[in-house]
Amino acid sequence: MNAAARTPIAENLWRGEPPQLVGGRHRDSGEVVFPVPPGEAGEAYERIALPRTGKLWSWTRQDFRPKSPPYAGPETFTPFLLGYVDLGNVIVESRLEGAGLEDLRLGQAMELIIVPFGEAHTTFAFQPAEDAR
Amino acid sequence: MTDVHIIGAGIHPFGRTEGRSGRDQGVFAVREALADAGVAWEDIEYAYGGSSSAGNADIMVNELGLTGVPFINVANGCATGGSALAAARNAVAAGQCDLALAVGFDKHERGAFNPEPSDWGLPGWYGETGMMLTTQFFALKIQRYMQRHGISRETLARVPEKAFRNGEKTPHAWRRSPLDLETILHSPMVNDPLTKYMFCSPAEGGVALVIASEKKARELGAKGVRVASIAVRTRPPGSFEVFAPSIRSEPGGKPTELASQAAFEEAGVGPGEIDIAQLQDTESGAEIMHMAENGFCEDGKQEAWIAEGRTEIGGALPVNTDGGCLACGEPIGASGLRQVYENVQQLRGRAGERQVPGAPRLAYSHVYGAPGLAAVAILER
Repeated sequence: MNAAARTPIAENLWRGEPPQLVGGRHRDSGEVVFPVPPGEAGEAYERIALPRTGKLWSWTRQDFRPKSPPYAGPETFTPFLLGYVDLGNVIVESRLEGAGLEDLRLGQAMELIIVPFGEAHTTFAFQPAEDAR
Repeated sequence: MTDVHIIGAGIHPFGRTEGRSGRDQGVFAVREALADAGVAWEDIEYAYGGSSSAGNADIMVNELGLTGVPFINVANGCATGGSALAAARNAVAAGQCDLALAVGFDKHERGAFNPEPSDWGLPGWYGETGMMLTTQFFALKIQRYMQRHGISRETLARVPEKAFRNGEKTPHAWRRSPLDLETILHSPMVNDPLTKYMFCSPAEGGVALVIASEKKARELGAKGVRVASIAVRTRPPGSFEVFAPSIRSEPGGKPTELASQAAFEEAGVGPGEIDIAQLQDTESGAEIMHMAENGFCEDGKQEAWIAEGRTEIGGALPVNTDGGCLACGEPIGASGLRQVYENVQQLRGRAGERQVPGAPRLAYSHVYGAPGLAAVAILER
């Protein structure tokens, strides 16, 4: 399957090029969340584009294949990195790409990318920022 | 409010018991607790209990006897046992009854828990992309903590090393053979930095406690311990909890800190006065971080504390003297009450080979679980 035929793992998670995650800013408290809560709870939030770069807040590596369902990745499992990135107004959890465990440092600059996921989808991830690599 | 005492404690050994249901393990624990207290099931005026995966507690009356006792089912996740104890304590303290029972039990399938995103109000993609695993949360929390507060991987491994050593001395523990540091460090990685032996496993077991008013305890001439305080708290804004696609940038509070502070305040004692502590140790990092979150040491001091053996049975503050969740496994509904059971035995000098020396007077227990709740109980001899 070519890249063009892939579809995002879910709608309205990110937008634009270069991509930015779509978060929600609470209309009363100003608190920013990701993703925007589904259903009626989401009505209290204004959609905002989140900063596309941030600082690594924590990380780990997934060393065994998560159970399916819910996991929808390839049957042939390769360990992957994930972590939290502090975007300034909210800290988001994400898969991490373009690095090994030994490359990661607290506070290092990270940027958002969109990557292939499974056979048919794309998903968001963060990688060490270009100018910081 | 009247003083409340725990006058009976019973446990069904933790681990795996083929052919015995979780509830039957609860019934076993109730009978032990009643015998320990020297009372009969007919004497119990109020009962509270529950499990996470092993069914309702109240149908235990089929086995225990149809005495007409009000039996309240408690379903509060990891705090099920703690909540049952809190409710039983409150019923006695309020003068509603003189003798109450708290029971927790469970029986889980092998392997990790298997949550569905929709049950947690989370979008499907969160699970589909492999980010909905409880083990990841624990790894992510301790990874950041290690970076910020200088905790080493060796210290992480010392926690299960101690747990299995204590488990060896504990009849109700599941894992009763010691493991050396190298084996723990080099066991298969689950989520960096946490290896297989640094995690507890879902298990089975049951615990029951008999709670009595001051008057009743005296009347029975029971050798009990006083409940100095119990506090249950859910998460405040900005706390970092399991299954969080995002968290607030501004650091928030922690349910453990709230429960701990409330329990110390109600008991009128401080962390320095505690002689023995059972702290939630879902994995190695949890025990380390909970030492600080419960006020026993500053962030980062665990490195020295553990190297110096301060949390060993003979140390200044013995922690998880029965091997904790790491050695006993975690039957969710029973786990918090196991900690209290252990403290009751330790305060009464009945902990056998694992008895903390010097006749401990004040004992502390702390249970923590998803989706961000903590329960603390302080007992006094």
